[in-house]
Amino acid sequence: MGNPMTEQTQTSETQSSPRSEAGQKPDIIRVEGMHKWYGDFHVLKDLNLNVKQGERIVICGPSGSGKSTFIRCLNRLEEHQQGKIIVDEVELTDDVRHIDTVRREVGMVFQHFNLFPHLTVLENCCLSPIWVRKIPRKEAEASAMEYLERVKIPDQANKFPGQLSGGQQQRVAIARALCMKPKIMLFDEPTSALDPEMIKEVLDVMIELAGSGMTMLCVTHEMGFAKTVADRVIFMDGGEIVEEAPPHEFFTNPQEARTQKFLKQILQH
Amino acid sequence: MKKQTIDSRPAGPKPWYDPRVRSLFFQVVAITLVFWGGWTLVDNTLSNMESRGISTGFGFLEESAGFGIIMHLVPYDATMSYGRTFWVGLTNTLLVSAMGVVAATILGFVLGIARLSSNWLVAKISLAYIEVIRNIPLLLQIFFWYFAVLSNLPSPRQSVDVGGTLFLNNRGLYLPEPLTQDGFGLVWGGVLAAIAAVIGIRLWAKKRQLATGQIFPTFKVGVAILVLVPIISYLVAGRPLEWEIPALKGFNFGGGITIIPELAALWIALSLYTASFIAEIVRSGILSVSKGQTEASKALGLPHGLTLRLVVIPQAMRVIIPPLTSQYLNLVKNSSLATAIGYPDLVAVFMGTTLNQTGQAVEVVAMTMAVYLTISLLISLFMNIYNRAVAIKER
Repeated sequence: MGNPMTEQTQTSETQSSPRSEAGQKPDIIRVEGMHKWYGDFHVLKDLNLNVKQGERIVICGPSGSGKSTFIRCLNRLEEHQQGKIIVDEVELTDDVRHIDTVRREVGMVFQHFNLFPHLTVLENCCLSPIWVRKIPRKEAEASAMEYLERVKIPDQANKFPGQLSGGQQQRVAIARALCMKPKIMLFDEPTSALDPEMIKEVLDVMIELAGSGMTMLCVTHEMGFAKTVADRVIFMDGGEIVEEAPPHEFFTNPQEARTQKFLKQILQH
Repeated sequence: MKKQTIDSRPAGPKPWYDPRVRSLFFQVVAITLVFWGGWTLVDNTLSNMESRGISTGFGFLEESAGFGIIMHLVPYDATMSYGRTFWVGLTNTLLVSAMGVVAATILGFVLGIARLSSNWLVAKISLAYIEVIRNIPLLLQIFFWYFAVLSNLPSPRQSVDVGGTLFLNNRGLYLPEPLTQDGFGLVWGGVLAAIAAVIGIRLWAKKRQLATGQIFPTFKVGVAILVLVPIISYLVAGRPLEWEIPALKGFNFGGGITIIPELAALWIALSLYTASFIAEIVRSGILSVSKGQTEASKALGLPHGLTLRLVVIPQAMRVIIPPLTSQYLNLVKNSSLATAIGYPDLVAVFMGTTLNQTGQAVEVVAMTMAVYLTISLLISLFMNIYNRAVAIKER
């Protein structure tokens, strides 16, 4: 019963997806046997994950399951102690140059936005292109304005983050990350700190971004978002990847008991 | 229309229940009390002084002082007036305060950043320093440096001699004094030209970065220019500088520049003491910038140095500046502890000796207080201007 359904979902997914040849693309992220400890506490246990270019992955799981820690390892905001993480052909080690190389290609959006309060929206967006990519200010500003238009707030460009609503701030944060023209975007619970009426405006931007073919890893509890855009859903619990499957299969036919329990809890209301 | 609004207002409360009437009443009472108190004080003082035959007024400032002062930045000898002793004391206070502010700021920032270092030893040394120094009374520290350290240096005849030009003994530190010769104007010209060039390069580099994105190593090139241009102009002008080297004459050294142990002890104690408070202010300022800011900056690919410079420090400064101002004010006022070891600052010279000799207590105390008030208000003013420059960008 499970098998024909899986195939069906996969074919329908690949057909509807703009990047139908995703299967032949190289792995842009490879995680092999990765472990992480906080002191004696074993946070992440033997994680293995390959992500193809253009793939959209949603990571979910109960709080404390290590999902945020996991994606923070992918741009070395957290260190891993064992195993390998290779992002865009560069292995993350203690080497500062490798870390900087990876961070230039990986954008990240945080739960609490983390915009720089002393800079305007436009300056927030231009800071890194100017200082890291060494782009002339005029070009950086023009490009930042394009991204601000894409997230639908070009009129706020000269305001300070403190003057914007939570939803607007998070859209600025997405635009700021995109200004570096990253190959991969990481989202760490981007809608968890938002009021309900603002969640949609942020999700709309993310859905649009997914449609453009960006490689995305997203930690979120928005199951509707997972169903709409994800190529794969990964369920983590207790620092392990418990189950990974395409969304349709994941939501209709979860294999593991822990997944079933989690889905039952969050889909109840 | 106007009449209607007035008419439609509800009837007011009885005057003694009306908050506006009440506040007016209490303000009038308070002002009356203040003026009455002030008048009583002045009147009482004047009549008391009159009955004792003490003359009032600032005429005494013209009289000859008749006492010597061990250190003066403005020309002074015992035949000069009490007005002159005021200036000697004031300049000595300003000197030790300025030296203290500069040293305390540098040391404080270094210690504050070291306290947050991920290097265990560096962080603990900084912690130990801060906890020891800020918990010992300042007066005690001044005594320590003056009596325990500097007084135990060898006598002038056994001076510590560094290369025959620099001498250290219990009477002070003796340095060679540079005497400018003809043609030294060229060196000053070189210094000015170097400063102008550095400013020009800074502007040009900024403009170029805006236009092309390339970052010019302004700091390194600037330092090179500031060092090399004056040296070259000095050599071109034929080394127009001679050094007066201190030499032993009788029981002490003569010639050159002398840093008396009173100044050194006061300066060291004030700087070390205030630095420990500034270090805590700097630490709290840096910690006040949330971890999320650093993470966001790193995630954008900004390396550690740029993260500090562009993200953390601009935000930390807003928290650091106001309490830093208080520390500068404290340092200036604490410099009056100079009296305890005999450094001739304003309090020691003017409120001490001058007051004792003239007995003009009201005038002397008022002048001294006015000086400290003025210095403090000026520091506050400049710090507030700077604070506004770094802080207003929030909203």
